[in-house]
Amino acid sequence: MRLLVVEDDREAAAYLRKALREAGHICEIAYDGEEGYALALDGEFDVFVIDRMLPKRDGLSLVSEVRKRGVRTPVLILSALGQVDDRVTGLRAGGDDYLSKPYAFSELLARIEALARRIAPQAADTVYKIGDLELDRLAHRVSRSGQEIPLQPREFRLLEYLMRHAGQVVTRTMLLENVWDYHFDPQTNVIDVHVSRLRSKIDKGFDRPLLHTVRGAGYMIRDGAR
Amino acid sequence: MTALAKLFRTTAFKIVAAYLLIFSLFALGVVFYLARHTQQLVVSQITETVDLEVRNLSEQYGIGGIRRLVNVVEQRASQPGSNLYMVTTYSGDALAGNIVDMPASVLQNEGWSEITYRHSEAGNAAKESRALVHVVSLPGGFRLLVGRDFEERDRLRQILAQPARWAVVLIVVMGVAGGIFVARRVLQRIDSMTATNERIMAGDLSGRLAVTGSGDEFDRLANSLNAMLERIEALMSGLKQVSDNIAHDLKTPLTRLRNRTEEALRSAKSETDYRAALESTIEESDGLIRTFDALLMIARAEAGEARHGMTDFDANDVAKSVVELYEPLAEEKGLRLAADIDGPLPVHGSRELVGQALANLVDNAIKYGATGRPGDKNEIRVATHRENGSALLTVADHGRGIAAEDRGRAVERFVRLEPSRSRPGVGLGLSLASAVARLHGGELRLEDNSPGLRVTLALPAQSGEGA
Repeated sequence: MRLLVVEDDREAAAYLRKALREAGHICEIAYDGEEGYALALDGEFDVFVIDRMLPKRDGLSLVSEVRKRGVRTPVLILSALGQVDDRVTGLRAGGDDYLSKPYAFSELLARIEALARRIAPQAADTVYKIGDLELDRLAHRVSRSGQEIPLQPREFRLLEYLMRHAGQVVTRTMLLENVWDYHFDPQTNVIDVHVSRLRSKIDKGFDRPLLHTVRGAGYMIRDGAR
Repeated sequence: MTALAKLFRTTAFKIVAAYLLIFSLFALGVVFYLARHTQQLVVSQITETVDLEVRNLSEQYGIGGIRRLVNVVEQRASQPGSNLYMVTTYSGDALAGNIVDMPASVLQNEGWSEITYRHSEAGNAAKESRALVHVVSLPGGFRLLVGRDFEERDRLRQILAQPARWAVVLIVVMGVAGGIFVARRVLQRIDSMTATNERIMAGDLSGRLAVTGSGDEFDRLANSLNAMLERIEALMSGLKQVSDNIAHDLKTPLTRLRNRTEEALRSAKSETDYRAALESTIEESDGLIRTFDALLMIARAEAGEARHGMTDFDANDVAKSVVELYEPLAEEKGLRLAADIDGPLPVHGSRELVGQALANLVDNAIKYGATGRPGDKNEIRVATHRENGSALLTVADHGRGIAAEDRGRAVERFVRLEPSRSRPGVGLGLSLASAVARLHGGELRLEDNSPGLRVTLALPAQSGEGA
């Protein structure tokens, strides 16, 4: 993936470039809002990662200006301001996701990958398939090897989100945000308990586990044979 | 600036000047009004007297002809008084009367006129006076003039003018004095308020403005300013407490973090040792970040900053989703999370913050609400209902509870009631819930659930339909 990172802190930017490169992404860096704006309009990128407070041009105005010019590239806003209303203003300006500093790199990476996938066509599919696991979004039905698995509504949404991002790491906060629509830190491992419940329903009794725990990052659903 | 210029600039001076102007204008108005009225009265009396005299003399003429008239006039004219008489022939020769020098034209015009004349009496001869006269022509070509001197009116005017002048002086003095008094009184209080304010600004946050108890505007102002100061003081002391607590609760893990890193540098032998040290460093810093986020959240909620992002939402939806979020966790800990929720419960506020507050309460209940002893009622009950315009979100457990004397302290930041701080958590859950309640104009109540703790998040309910 080609990423544009607009970040004025050179050390943080260098760290991001290195870590993203290690994760297999190409990363261009702009150190202020104007430079970022120019690059965002010119270059071909899959995701923009934009710091909210930037010299020369504020991150939010950069995002809304880029959006006005018709650039639809997904934007992840990084900010030291992490409160609910900051998130709302960030998303209103045209951002697609919001991550408050300091963050775990695994969280950032998972969100970048999820954003890139967001515009991928299969997001609109009505049936998700991973191995022999099938989820029908319209009929609200889940089955594995043709055998129907009854799920609670929230478990269904959890699985739906995981399957939409199949093959990608999904973090706990991403799940809390997208499945429960809460943006706070639940302090305890509530999400883990939900995931392990879901796992016991979809993986138990089958040879190949599909729902994997990614240590230090989150969860991923994928066909183990891949 | 000179002292005089300073004086002109004071509100006191302006008030006094305005007072003075208004009082003087008013006083002058009263005097003029009085003077005019009395004068009119006097003139109308003169007119009446003259009219009567004219009628009387005309009658005398009718009875005894010109001879009798002349006699009567002569007799009356010689009497002291301010009546004027004159009888002339058609050609204007005086037959009788007490006027000596007056414009000849007067007699030509019948009716009323004002004239300047000289009185015939000795001694007065030199003096010119003014009078109001009435001229009538009698049958036979004679003319009769009856008039009355304005002396009376002038005297009255003098009588009035003297006290009026004094009255004006008195009113002006009173006005100035009253103005100064009022201005001083008002300004003294303002000055004292300013002085108190300056003292408070200088750092004495416990200072309060004096309230006289009269309930006037100044008392109201002082009361509302005092309420504001109260709030500021509470915020400041909260801030101080937070910084003290930050010093403690952030420095402790920071020290731990530093120690561990140092320790790893000093004694780690293998890559595994380094990895373990680094992992624990990340874990520790994540804990720090969490604490920091919670503190910021509380500070924002307390400052009322989240208020503009408020919407209408159903508190029961929030309660349901929180129960649903924590239910598996509770079950894992051997607790039953029961919900007593029905019907919509509309609330205006921040869904996110209310959700977080309730999540904190449930989280606390799961952490502290289990005695762990078999046979105890290991149930946490989340209930919502509406009571007297409040939406009540209650989380009740059957754990060890909080002793009544500790409940007030429990909502303070970083307070964990066990001194050892052995259990997980940073001690911000209840204070966040309390800050969220206050942000919404509600409150957080801690009550005995005998046994256990019942925490109620009371929020003002929307008087919505279907509630």
